Amino acid sequence: MGKEKRLARVDRDHCVACGCCVKVCPRGAVQVVRGVFAQVEEALCVGCGKCAKACPASVIGMEAAGQ
Amino acid sequence: MKKRWYDYLWIASALYLLLGFFNILFAWLGLICFFLPLLISITTGSKAYCGRYCGRGQLFALLGGRFGLSRQHDVPRWMKSRWFRYGFLLFFLVMFGQMLWNTALVFSGARDLREVVTLLWTFRLPWHWAYHGGASPWAAQFAFGFYSVMLTSTVLGLGTMVLCKPRSWCVYCPMGTMTQLICRAKYHPDAVRQNQA
Ligand code: SF4
Ligand code: SF4
Ligand code: SF4
Repeated sequence: MGKEKRLARVDRDHCVACGCCVKVCPRGAVQVVRGVFAQVEEALCVGCGKCAKACPASVIGMEAAGQ
Repeated sequence: MKKRWYDYLWIASALYLLLGFFNILFAWLGLICFFLPLLISITTGSKAYCGRYCGRGQLFALLGGRFGLSRQHDVPRWMKSRWFRYGFLLFFLVMFGQMLWNTALVFSGARDLREVVTLLWTFRLPWHWAYHGGASPWAAQFAFGFYSVMLTSTVLGLGTMVLCKPRSWCVYCPMGTMTQLICRAKYHPDAVRQNQA
């Protein structure tokens, strides 16, 4: 488990597009697309989980990469 | 991350709330955070206001984050459901309309100016010390009403900040919901795909 690469994934249907995740991401890996939902750029995400912790709606999950 | 000028807008938000204790007419300035988010989302189709310029969101992030005034719990599921968010927006708009109606009543002379701030749409707090004349009664009535809206939403936001995550107000913030709705209406998946290519 521990060494597997993890990625952030957003539940778009419940994202409120507040941009909290964008602010805390150290890699600039997450953007709010057109004010509707947040989207993670998988190539940039290092799976640190900061966005998931900051998301006020708790709609970001950390998942194993390649799922 | 490098701080930009707009990362300090929480100071303006805090100042706004404070000024309302000294001169209620400052409440009129709050119209900026009413029209600006709508204007930004209508013209650019983005929630840049939420992401960058909203001082209130920053204030909650600061108090709940750096100052640790938050339990950091998940919000309940119903709070992020659409029916609750849209329902709260509707309720908020109806209350806003009622505030405008009260202003109109004072304007027409059908009612006298009431120097109160109404908290949570229920509690009438005497607020006469913050009005020193110098405006038409209707303009003062609007200021009292608008400040009531701002104070009420701040109190709600502080409440959920403490109970849930720092910026949990953003989950049901009527401005946030409204701007997201506008963006959703303008959203075309195909256009986005092309932009990203
Ligand atoms: S997990 Fe870390 S790197 Fe990935 S999007 Fe979230 S904050 Fe950015
Ligand atoms: S913090 Fe959460 S709700 Fe806000 S934009 Fe990011 S994923 Fe969406
Ligand atoms: S959702 Fe409301 S409080 Fe949160 S950043 Fe947007 S306008 Fe500000």
